[in-house]
Amino acid sequence: MNGLKILSVGPGCTLQDLGRPGMIAAGLTQGGAADPLALQEGAALLAQHASCAAIEIAGIGGRFEALCDMTIALTGAEMNVHLDGTSLPWGSSHYLAKGAVLEIGAVRRGVFGYLHVAGGFQTQVQLGSRSTHRMIGLGAPLRVGQVLPVGSSTVPSGLTLPEDGRFGGGHLRIVPSLQTESFPEELIQRFLRTGFFRNPNSTRQAMRLDFDGAGFSDPDQLSVVSEIVVPGDIQIGGDGTPYILLAECQTTGGYPRIGTVIPADLPRAVQAPPAAELRFEMLDMITATEAETQARRAQAKRLRHITPLYRDPAAISDLLSYQLISGAITGQDQKEN
Amino acid sequence: MNDPLQNWPRIQTVGLSGLVVRFGPAFDDRANRAAIAFRAAVDAEKWPEVEESSSTLVSAFFRVDLAEHDMSLLSARLQEVLDQQDWLDAPFPANRSRWTIPASFGGTCGPQLEEAAALAGLDPDAAIASLAAAQLRVLTLGFAPGQPYLGSLDANWQIPRQSQITKAVPAGALVVAVQQFCLFTASAPTGWRHVGQTVFRPFRSDAEDPCPLRPGDEVHFTQVSETELESIEAKDNCGNGGAERVQIG
Repeated sequence: MNGLKILSVGPGCTLQDLGRPGMIAAGLTQGGAADPLALQEGAALLAQHASCAAIEIAGIGGRFEALCDMTIALTGAEMNVHLDGTSLPWGSSHYLAKGAVLEIGAVRRGVFGYLHVAGGFQTQVQLGSRSTHRMIGLGAPLRVGQVLPVGSSTVPSGLTLPEDGRFGGGHLRIVPSLQTESFPEELIQRFLRTGFFRNPNSTRQAMRLDFDGAGFSDPDQLSVVSEIVVPGDIQIGGDGTPYILLAECQTTGGYPRIGTVIPADLPRAVQAPPAAELRFEMLDMITATEAETQARRAQAKRLRHITPLYRDPAAISDLLSYQLISGAITGQDQKEN
Repeated sequence: MNDPLQNWPRIQTVGLSGLVVRFGPAFDDRANRAAIAFRAAVDAEKWPEVEESSSTLVSAFFRVDLAEHDMSLLSARLQEVLDQQDWLDAPFPANRSRWTIPASFGGTCGPQLEEAAALAGLDPDAAIASLAAAQLRVLTLGFAPGQPYLGSLDANWQIPRQSQITKAVPAGALVVAVQQFCLFTASAPTGWRHVGQTVFRPFRSDAEDPCPLRPGDEVHFTQVSETELESIEAKDNCGNGGAERVQIG
């Protein structure tokens, strides 16, 4: 079978695409990639649709053998990666000849890395998606010996795109949620002044936040009626600990929510490693929708900025302007002067 | 006494992911009916901005990309539909089902039946009779796919959740708290008390209709013995667990 064979694999590796929208009425959240922006990056590098399934890697990857020639892309959290023993740059596309072995080690920056293949992984579709959704028993973590079928598409490799710097924590913009106005103002202000860190026990369902000082429970809101929840919602658990809900969260929840991270900033939250500080900034809805629109435009622009990884002389269009024959060859590109 | 719903409904945003219409601050049977009927009415208008919708215990949610669509316009349109009628008295939408689902209460099938009965002020036989006689409605689906919250049981069953979480109840378990049943889709931890067992599967990932229950459906449980339940399970090949389904309305 044409595909990618798994020679070894870490426990947090699953197949993910954009998930299963349209089923919240039945109690099924969309799920899909924890960092959907990484799927868009893979799609941009491989000139395909973001709905193609990729391997999501949490923590440590594995060893993968190409059973046919294929083009791959590596996006999301930067990980140690070698192709037949030679180190490869992350955030770019690469050609794997039949028999090549790709080794993805530990994460260097961020949380979730993604391994894409041209044409996408062609595993069985369940309820409209190839995403593993562990809580409801759809799909399963990848296992040794499994061969993931790949699409037949061949595309150019050796391409890269600019980074967006979402792997080091920082500011997350939030908007008021259903219970925000019921929290005491002083408690909200303290929340907005506090620095938070990802708890290592976070999952694809929710990211637990560590912090110094008192918790954020509001004694008047210990029990609220169960309501719709969406990824990005910041729930305050019974002990005062905030949790940011992620792709595989449930559809409803009965904990009060102090705010909701805007979609454009959710990948930054998801990819913040445990040592990176996160802070929240509350925006009103008008400002937030403007910020979201601007951020989407900026991402779309970045995703179109695909460039070659290596400067191939045949691909340099202004070759004739280089002083190849006459004059003093300084070894420096003229444009740098 | 003031009506707890007098300052409701309210329209609120849910992040940048949509709008929710909340009919009350806490569970209320009329608010639940309103949420189900209101969602159906808005769905029937097929607004192109609404990507999907759902109803929860007392609210209807409409998923809309608020970065793409003007929330005040949408909010005004939702308010127009709200103003069309008194939703607390609205009839249920069409195409509902009435389900009769075999269940075994007490014993190994319901290890916390006696404890729950005591909290409800009933002896175990009266408790089983009360649970098996209850005419219930699917209030909402959630927590797990297709998983129904059913209500309302008699007022005796206004019992609290346990302070200790049960590590796991099996798939098909009937658990009780706050005048409601929940029928578990999959084995999961719970703070509700495990009083009965069905072999009904609320979520069937390979089926054409993976989540056959709908909010507004009527449900009632018939008491069968543990042996009968086992024989139903042995014969069942679709996850229906011996349930009968009749179309109503």
